[in-house]
Amino acid sequence: MTLLLAVTAGILFATGLYMMLRRSLVKILIGLLLLSYAVNLLLFSSGKLTPGKPPIISFTGASIITANYADPVPQVLILTAIVISFGLTAFAVVLILKAHQTIGVDDLDQLRATDVLSEEDHTRELDLEEIDHCESEGDE
Amino acid sequence: MLFFLGAGFILAALIPFFHRITGRWTAYIASLYPIAVFIYLLQRINSPAQRHTISWVPSLGLDFSIRLDGLSLILAFLVSGIGALVLIYGGAYLKNHPYLGRFYGLILFFMASMLGVVSSDNALLLFGFWELTGISSFLLIGFDHDNPSARAAAWQALLVTGAGSLAMLIGFILIFQVTGSWSLLTWIENGALVKVSSHYPAIFWLILAGAATKSAQFPFHFWLPNAMAAPTPISAYLHSATMVKAGVFLLARFLPVLGGTLLWKTTLPILGILTLLTAGLLMIAQHDLKKLLAYTTVGALGLMVCLIGLENKYAIEALVVFILAHGLYKGALFLVSGSIDHSTGTRDVRILYGLAKKMPFSLAAALPAALSMAGILPLLGFVAKELVYEAGIASPKNALLMIGMMLGNGLMAAGAGWVGVKPFFKRQSTPEERDFHRDHVHEGSFAFWLPPLILSFLSLTFGLAPGLLLPLVKSAVTAVTLQNIDFKLALWHGFTPALGWSALTLLLAGLVYLMYSKLEPRAFTIFNHLKPFGPADLYDRGIQNLKRLAAWQTRILQSGYLRRYIITIIMTTVFFAVLIIARYGIELSRLISFSISGVRFYDVILTIIIIVSAILATRTQSRLATIALLGSIGYSIALIYLFYSAPDLAMVQIAIETLTVILFILVIYRLPKFDRITTPPRRRLDIVVAALGGGLMTILMLLVSSATVGSPLTDYYLQNSVALANGRNVVNVILVDFRGLDTFGEISVLAIAALGVLALIGPSLQKKITAQILNEAGDRNNAGKSRIHRSIILPVAARYLMPLMLLFSIFLLIRGHNEAGGGFVGGLVAAAGFMLYGIAESPQAILRLIPLQPRAIMAIGLSIAVLSVSMPLFTGLPLMTGLWYPQPVAFLGKIGTPLLFDVGVYLIVIAITLMILINAAREESLR
Repeated sequence: MTLLLAVTAGILFATGLYMMLRRSLVKILIGLLLLSYAVNLLLFSSGKLTPGKPPIISFTGASIITANYADPVPQVLILTAIVISFGLTAFAVVLILKAHQTIGVDDLDQLRATDVLSEEDHTRELDLEEIDHCESEGDE
Repeated sequence: MLFFLGAGFILAALIPFFHRITGRWTAYIASLYPIAVFIYLLQRINSPAQRHTISWVPSLGLDFSIRLDGLSLILAFLVSGIGALVLIYGGAYLKNHPYLGRFYGLILFFMASMLGVVSSDNALLLFGFWELTGISSFLLIGFDHDNPSARAAAWQALLVTGAGSLAMLIGFILIFQVTGSWSLLTWIENGALVKVSSHYPAIFWLILAGAATKSAQFPFHFWLPNAMAAPTPISAYLHSATMVKAGVFLLARFLPVLGGTLLWKTTLPILGILTLLTAGLLMIAQHDLKKLLAYTTVGALGLMVCLIGLENKYAIEALVVFILAHGLYKGALFLVSGSIDHSTGTRDVRILYGLAKKMPFSLAAALPAALSMAGILPLLGFVAKELVYEAGIASPKNALLMIGMMLGNGLMAAGAGWVGVKPFFKRQSTPEERDFHRDHVHEGSFAFWLPPLILSFLSLTFGLAPGLLLPLVKSAVTAVTLQNIDFKLALWHGFTPALGWSALTLLLAGLVYLMYSKLEPRAFTIFNHLKPFGPADLYDRGIQNLKRLAAWQTRILQSGYLRRYIITIIMTTVFFAVLIIARYGIELSRLISFSISGVRFYDVILTIIIIVSAILATRTQSRLATIALLGSIGYSIALIYLFYSAPDLAMVQIAIETLTVILFILVIYRLPKFDRITTPPRRRLDIVVAALGGGLMTILMLLVSSATVGSPLTDYYLQNSVALANGRNVVNVILVDFRGLDTFGEISVLAIAALGVLALIGPSLQKKITAQILNEAGDRNNAGKSRIHRSIILPVAARYLMPLMLLFSIFLLIRGHNEAGGGFVGGLVAAAGFMLYGIAESPQAILRLIPLQPRAIMAIGLSIAVLSVSMPLFTGLPLMTGLWYPQPVAFLGKIGTPLLFDVGVYLIVIAITLMILINAAREESLR
């Protein structure tokens, strides 16, 4: 099963990466989601895969045989990771929506107005003007 | 001394605020600090040097270790004495300047740093204070930060001295490696050890680099004249009297450690004389009072470095007296030149004339200072110069040395005349149009002339009675040479060879002084031609090229394309991973055979679903299909979790997957379409990169799971979950108890993400939404007219399902500590229940249903979490200790603060989920 899981995570990771290499903003977001699935699986397999023995202590005797239970530590890590990545996804979705509404483009390459070094200055100003223009439209 | 250092920094931070209250009295209040230091130092003259140490970072050998010896005292007297005068003078000079408060603060900051430099016994501490003086110098040179040339000069000074001090630090580290200690005293005691070590030449050059940059030695002399961009009181204080002497101080301090070798004895005199002559010649081309003074300062510093290199009995005595004499006369001349500037509006020595009658007090201050600088009887400068010549004569092979000293001193003396005499006594000879407004010229308030007058008075007093300085000079000489040399200080030594050299010097000075108007323009032209070869231009070119290099590599590395960044990161990681695998070798076949066992048929089915969905998700053009595919991946993974003993994970995954799908459904038609933008060759490259990354991930996972070592943490948690935390569900116990702080951080992050969503939606939209809700409340009866066709089944079902889901969520919350469940999954289920209702009715309907805004619920949840976390503090236990009610309670079992914490988590999760989803949905209905 470990091998199967490793291959699955690898494919998830590869598809996630591929999507992150797209220029479309939404595809990048999808890529991010796929990546987080893959990483969660990686974490999950770092504990031994133990069927049918969840880490819920069944009796309260003095000596507890720990070897039988599934490892709780990766589970805790994944649990927080899942919830956090939901927060991340939600924020990213709203950000993309807002960017799409404001600038009106979906192509990542056209979103470079703010972080390009020594591009011709006039094109840069032009872009900024466009953004201003769009913003004032968006507010109406 | 420790007390004064601490007090200085605190005062420096506070004084700008005091200034708003105390106004023009600030200068006097601030000057109380250096005066107090001065009085303290006076008491220390005859007491032996003691070391006070406070341990700071013992593991790094960094101690707060202070030791005041004679050499420290000399500098400390200059720092505190001139500091007090400069504060008073500066208060008048910068009157009405908007940054006057900042000036006081920075001067005090510098003062404390400089006192730290001269009194540190720990080399690392010395380096720290050294850097602080550099930073305060940077801030003070750039004091008029509106002026671009002041900014450039500030940068130049910082970069040149900063580079030097880094070299110095490396030198310190090398000495540490030789001696095994950071204490300067230990270094001094083990000087022989350092001198024989193989590191010695490196140490020498590195420390010399630190000293030469700080004290503006050739070829680093250019930053000091540029530093004159600072207001005059600052130049007088930092860039002539005190800070620039730090380099000289450093060399004198290290004389017992590094001195006495051939390298030391050759390099320092050559460097010193070279600096002296360069400064003297460059000075001729100047006409600005301050620049003239700056070059003479460079020259004087050169002479001091030369003296340290001579290393005979007179040399160190001469050095000490010269440091004092120079501080006194140069400080006075700078302050007077500031007064002249303030009064006439110009510092051009070619224009100024006949100020003697208009500014008598300034003249009284300037004349003794200039005479002292020229080395004329009966001032302290004369005593110093006699000693300098004695030292020169006493050293072997002295002919070249003496001529160099004589030429340099002659030029300096001429400069003294140009600055301190010429403006006062010269008759008018300039053409009318270049004249300054002579009628307005007046003597400033006493704060302008009293400080330089005090300094000049001291020059005269100590000149007439040099014996007054004897105890101080003696202890300083002892501190440097480590020998108790017996000597006397006298004004008149009789007719000695030194006197002859003095006479020659004055003769040369007189000639140069008279020829100024002829020499200045010629020198100016010559040096203008030489400028492209000078170190200043070299520095400029270096800086420009550095910037170009930075821009070039930024263009390469930061292209602005996310794609390229990702490709770079992936390929770099893969590269290093392959490197490591190639180095250590991995038996892939063994890994695979190890991990192939135990496959069940539903494992295969689930992984096939995941793989097919993932690949399809990259191919499809339909947004809805993509979301459905993502959902199927998520639910399949949840099932894997369930099969492999992680029920909590499975529940959370299913809940989150549901909410994610809801989120996407709410916004889907406003998301941009999935156009194919990239070209096929690009896509092929991307596939290769992605496949490499994925392959690496697979190998990594196989490696991780083949590792047989279990974590001791796991056993600990399993063993102690019931005993220490009263919970049988170990995952939940770790979340709310063992690692509660992490969870607390996590829910805070979630809260911030939700607030971020709120902020992105924007305040203007928020208002509109409120208005819309009000309208909708009125329009409820007209729901039939809504533009969306609603099903009847869903609203009816939702109305019954929602309360059930809420009840179930509370059930999950309560049982979470002992069975699968908990605050996270409970909150998510509750939010899903609300959203079901929201989809059936409208998102706004949820808000009408719950009494509080989600924001308020979030705040309450966070408060509960904070309360439960901090409650143990009130009982004297550490933060986050679990407190438990002794008896089990009906339905709930044992209750305690970790459960309360889980309630906080539960509320926050509900709140942020609602905030995110309702806001995303609201925007939908607004479009």
